[in-house]
Amino acid sequence: MSSIYESSTPSISAFNTANYNPQLVKGVESVLVIGSGGLSIGQAGEFDYSGSQAIKALKEANKRTILINPNIATNQTSHSLADEIYYLPVTPEYITYIIERERPDAILLTFGGQTALNCGVALEKMGVLEKYNIKVLGTPIKTLETSEDRDLFAQALKEINIPTAESFACETIDDALLAAGRVGYPVIVRSAYALGGLGSGFANNEAEMKELAAQALSLSPQILVEKSLKGWKEVEYEVVRDRVGNCITVCNMENFDPLGVHTGDSIVFAPSQTLSDEEYHMLRTAAIKIIRHLGVIGECNVQYALQPDGLDYRVIEVNARLSRSSALASKATGYPLAYTAAKIALGYTLPELPNPVTKTTVANFEPSLDYIVAKIPRWDLAKFQHVNRNVGSAMKSVGEVMAIGRNFEEAFQKAIRQIDPSFLGFQGSDEFGDDLDEVLANPTDRRWLAIGQALIYEGYSVEKVHELSKVDAWFLHKCMNMVEMYKELDAVNSLEALDKELLTRAKKMGFSDKQIALSINKNNENKVHELDVRKYRKSFGITPFVKKIDTLAAEFPANTNYLYTTYNATKSDVDFNDKGMLVLGSGVYRIGSSVEFDWCAVNTARALRESGKKTVMINYNPETVSTDFDEVDRLYFEELSFERVMDIYDLENSEGCIISVGGQLPQNIALKLQDNGAKILGTDPVDIDRAENRHKFSSILDSIGVDQPEWSELSSVEEAEEFSNRVGYPVLIRPSYVLSGAAMSVVNSEDELLTKLTNASDVSPDHPVVISKFIEGAQEIDVDAVAHKGEVLVHAISEHVENAGVHSGDATLILPPQSLSQEIKDRLYEIAQKVAKAWKITGPYNMQIIKDDRNHGTTLKVIECNIRASRSFPFVSKVLGRNFIDAAVKAFIGEDVPKPVNLMDEEYPYVATKVPQFSFTRLAGADPFLGVEMASTGEVASFGKDALESYWTAMQSTMNFHVPLPPSGVMFGGDLTKNQLGEVAALVAGLGYKIYVTNEVTKEYLQKFVPADCDVMIIEFPKNDKRKLRELFQKYDIKAVFNLAARRAESLEDVDYVMRRNAIDFALPLFNEPQTALLFAKALTQKVGEKLKVLESSDVLVPPEVQTWHEWIGQRPM
Amino acid sequence: MAPKFVKATFQIENGPSHEGISFGAPNSVAGETVFTTSLVGYPESMTDPSYKGQILVFTQPLIGNYGVPSGETRDEHNLLKYFESPNAHVIGIVVAEYAWKYSHWTAVQSLSEWCIKEGVAAITGVDTRSVVQYLREQGSSLGRIVVDDGKPAPAFVDTMKSHLVAQVSTKQPYHISAQNATANIALVDCGVKENIVRCLAVRGANVTVFPHDYPLQDVAQQFDGVFVSNGPGDPALCGSTVEVLKHLLEDPKFERLPIFGICMGHQLLALAAGASAVKMKYGNRAHNIPALDLTSGQCHITSQNHGYAIDAETLPANTFKPYFVNLNDGSNEGIIHKTRPIFSTQFHPEAKGGPMDSAVLFDKYFDNIAAYQNFKKSSAKAAVRFEVPVHTMATERVL
Repeated sequence: MSSIYESSTPSISAFNTANYNPQLVKGVESVLVIGSGGLSIGQAGEFDYSGSQAIKALKEANKRTILINPNIATNQTSHSLADEIYYLPVTPEYITYIIERERPDAILLTFGGQTALNCGVALEKMGVLEKYNIKVLGTPIKTLETSEDRDLFAQALKEINIPTAESFACETIDDALLAAGRVGYPVIVRSAYALGGLGSGFANNEAEMKELAAQALSLSPQILVEKSLKGWKEVEYEVVRDRVGNCITVCNMENFDPLGVHTGDSIVFAPSQTLSDEEYHMLRTAAIKIIRHLGVIGECNVQYALQPDGLDYRVIEVNARLSRSSALASKATGYPLAYTAAKIALGYTLPELPNPVTKTTVANFEPSLDYIVAKIPRWDLAKFQHVNRNVGSAMKSVGEVMAIGRNFEEAFQKAIRQIDPSFLGFQGSDEFGDDLDEVLANPTDRRWLAIGQALIYEGYSVEKVHELSKVDAWFLHKCMNMVEMYKELDAVNSLEALDKELLTRAKKMGFSDKQIALSINKNNENKVHELDVRKYRKSFGITPFVKKIDTLAAEFPANTNYLYTTYNATKSDVDFNDKGMLVLGSGVYRIGSSVEFDWCAVNTARALRESGKKTVMINYNPETVSTDFDEVDRLYFEELSFERVMDIYDLENSEGCIISVGGQLPQNIALKLQDNGAKILGTDPVDIDRAENRHKFSSILDSIGVDQPEWSELSSVEEAEEFSNRVGYPVLIRPSYVLSGAAMSVVNSEDELLTKLTNASDVSPDHPVVISKFIEGAQEIDVDAVAHKGEVLVHAISEHVENAGVHSGDATLILPPQSLSQEIKDRLYEIAQKVAKAWKITGPYNMQIIKDDRNHGTTLKVIECNIRASRSFPFVSKVLGRNFIDAAVKAFIGEDVPKPVNLMDEEYPYVATKVPQFSFTRLAGADPFLGVEMASTGEVASFGKDALESYWTAMQSTMNFHVPLPPSGVMFGGDLTKNQLGEVAALVAGLGYKIYVTNEVTKEYLQKFVPADCDVMIIEFPKNDKRKLRELFQKYDIKAVFNLAARRAESLEDVDYVMRRNAIDFALPLFNEPQTALLFAKALTQKVGEKLKVLESSDVLVPPEVQTWHEWIGQRPM
Repeated sequence: MAPKFVKATFQIENGPSHEGISFGAPNSVAGETVFTTSLVGYPESMTDPSYKGQILVFTQPLIGNYGVPSGETRDEHNLLKYFESPNAHVIGIVVAEYAWKYSHWTAVQSLSEWCIKEGVAAITGVDTRSVVQYLREQGSSLGRIVVDDGKPAPAFVDTMKSHLVAQVSTKQPYHISAQNATANIALVDCGVKENIVRCLAVRGANVTVFPHDYPLQDVAQQFDGVFVSNGPGDPALCGSTVEVLKHLLEDPKFERLPIFGICMGHQLLALAAGASAVKMKYGNRAHNIPALDLTSGQCHITSQNHGYAIDAETLPANTFKPYFVNLNDGSNEGIIHKTRPIFSTQFHPEAKGGPMDSAVLFDKYFDNIAAYQNFKKSSAKAAVRFEVPVHTMATERVL
């Protein structure tokens, strides 16, 4: 295929010269942008950032943008960005339907992660792009294919004498074993076409290799076997190339963790710190050579292994698309990579683009950083049972933080605290015991703590830690500086004894006030508090300075709003006359708090700006849009700790602070901010506290006559047992401050009580643990609302498909509710009004309510109330066409406050369903089970004419979901004590699927439900042999698994666990919860016939669910 | 073990003063203060003769991370493997965060140890970003690093008024021979970096390096090409070199002789051609500067270190035209002769430190050399025997 660019010859056209004459791609009016779908491990918020920037760039060029992305929580799926939005599965099938309908002139494939890229390659193979004459903007498909296929890639690099790790492509386990023998153990296995290193791993011997190859081959038709370069340095370069071959490397990054840990799971610093000029430029030159040879037009990431004691190196991987690393590089440098890549895709050359930060200099340059950036991943492995905690070549983290400082210690300690407020900074942990050396040598998600433990408490030398971990000694020496500082601070026994010089040095090393207080307290009777240290240091005038990130190390003036604070300075770059409103962002993405809060923060800032207010965003998550260069008047890439927020509030002379749109994290510091003089907009933090404290919460509900499940505050085990026996098991145990169900658990018997109690109270000793009656089989309802001075302005009622007991973040939500009578909806509205009034709410809030039909009539019981925006705010806003955040902001500032309206009184000719996106595939061993602990990493939503159609589409929108088509096989298992599994089988049986079970008992059970002529077949289930299992699934053509789990598996031998786990490992749809299983079975009965017809047709028949957002809701809300 | 800290102060004349800790030689220094935004390459920068007499401020806050490699290791051309000249030429460095402990396989000493050995004053703990902002607004300024040694602080001194090229240029010709050499190049040494010589030698040229004021016109005909190197200071002080270059430009017998100049070499060539130079406000010292090739449209990321620039408007219209232009500030980055094989660049294609994108210019120079050699072969009149007594010459710079 010839290039879409008329010329690849450079010209002297440059943006700031008289010769400016860009030759853009002709005949492109509309562009289809492929999004990345639900957030999952390996493909997360970074693609909201990259897609959003791409759309901004296209809009500037007056292109009509059509976006496909079912991730309704994202910023990119707003009409303020894209012209048309389809909340549909990002699959070649659905993209084809959209192309058929929209006939776009061009398509962008490199801004939606691996998902979009894979779709592009598939669409090309299917001939769709050619058929509809669609131009692929930016990097051509052929280059994408080369970079993705390891053989083609290795061949291409060989042509230019760039060394790659010797690699053998294998399609069978036997070949893989042979290849491993040839390169020699230890080996690394990678799978082609896999995001985030999925199905990759290390094998030290033949046995490990067998298992690894079996798993990897189940996910990918081809795997690669390579020699392991464990212990080499890992370095990355972000490279940009335009259509005429101008190249720049925007950033390089060095991993703290040597090779062996996936870069997404590595602690990373930018720019590289231990590379000499010779090494830096050797790799830079190679990166440019590679990108030129491959013919990338746009952005590309090159990952290297570098010999730690010589100049040998290997290319590990090239991603010819925007990636997590490019998002990080973009935020680390201030250079908007995605925006620039999109401009380049349109045909601009680098000299034709201005540096968007300085505006006066050119984009064709390489940022110079006068600071150091630290990135640390955030894992949530503790939330999963049976999960392997080792980190290696397959990514497991769910989010990441980025911190900026002017020395290593400052950046690193900030980043550590950003990971979780429970971390004070560089520290140890006594959890390792005798395993310390083991963890140092074989990294887990806790290795940095092991390094801290070894250096601070165990007396390990830098050399010893280096020997074990292979972490470069430079990093460890810097860690030792903090160890020395700890020693100095420990020797101080009172605040008065802390001299200015030492305090200054501690602050320069990134020590927090709290960290300093705790060190002093080691040998001090009169306990010093964080606030004492704060006051004391301010008395010396020790406060942070504010510096800009300007891409050019201050060489040219830049009117940029991108800021960070540091103690390693004597002068601030900015003045503080704006008195802007602080908006506290969401912080790190983790299970329970993700892109939905970024949408809330971004929309808050936009609404404030529209009202003429100056905005100051504080956030530290490099994956977000809220940290983009053009979203706010001032952006502090900073900690969301009390200390830092208060510092910024003071510096900025801020007019107020919004704490209720970033999730739980900012909420937790609200009261303290207010107590120290900050003006908090919206609901009074004292009232917020009255909702967060279980006891206060409950008393108020009682006083306003709102029902709740029976509960009691737990002060002793005896009392707990007494209470539980009285209300009857099961009961729910939870701490009063709950974040995504942490430490919440359902207890079914007295036996379970004792052990579970300890776990729950360990989480939050400052707050009492409560137990409440757990109501089984009841429906759960989410109410999202915005109030002004206690009066409800807008509210939305979403019903859960799953029964209560599944964490609301893992629940399937239907809006508008389909099963609730008007009477119930009115009663819910009434509760919302009572709650708003009782807590004097101004701003957003969310309630979870249980519909209890056990006794005569229906009672509605409030189980939780959060006086802040919830994760469903973007969903309800987009489905109802009413921006709840906009209403909240107007309530905050008391201007243009909208009139109250009952949105649930209106008729909606559509239904939207939000379903969770799980990442079990990534978490080897984890039991795919739904409970009160949240497990999903993201969500998707789709519209339909009814609940079935929207659920059908939404399920297909989850990653790698393939609708099982008859006559393939479906496997059944799980809880036989209830009828639900049988009911599902009855629905499915009539559709022509083959039904398989693993034992006689299940067969007998199912035969009671399915028609007599339906054959239920037993197959032998080799629990421990992955390879045989895989062959078995292939042999019987099993394409879906229904395994309704009553509870978590106790052991790895549990046949239901094995069935669920292997459904995940073999990338099959798994239904593990009765209500959603039933709903999907119903959807199958209604939709699978249509699907078969559409797929078999030679014409492109567009199914009815393929409509734009604005077509569904009849308007284009901003 | 916390090192024993000696306090030091970095002062700018009529400007701010910054307190910090000394990690270099225990002596105070004064000189022109400039900054570089390069992220790597402090050993290369500090041994670059173009920095002669200057106090260098690094915007990269973390310096010293990978120590300092050996200044004695030599490669197969007898060129220094890790240094750009045998000694440090900066008189002082100003950094934000010195790494007291280093880690690198090539390092034989810490930056602190080496600074002490070389007499380079060094101060850490300075808000270098604010220094850059000051210099950016005020222009290059005189500065001093005052080490707390009880002695009175040295007076501010404008090192740019000295003939720095004369200080750093080799005192006698020396010769670097290449294996299987195919060409002989005469290099005018204004303060040449080792890697320039290496870039020529690895491409198959024997390089004879001459002092800056050597009457090269007497022997130039015997060579296949002339190279004019980088060097420190004000080009206006290099009258004798300009005179030599005028000979080469004006005498018809050199009309096919390839000439390539870098940095100071570029400026001197332009001066010899009749153009004039200007002192820039604060100069360009960085590894990230875009230079657009006006003949091809290709944009290179370049390594730079200069305080003076050629005013492209003053180039004689009949002979030279601008070759490269700086896309950030519009300054001239190179000139090329309209008919003869002569070109020069303000930036450093030899890198060290910095990006190697424009190394192709050395290839271009060698293409010119090959063409010249072919011409000489075809024309008996032009052929001149190579009789320069290179075997009696030194094999490294003579200082």
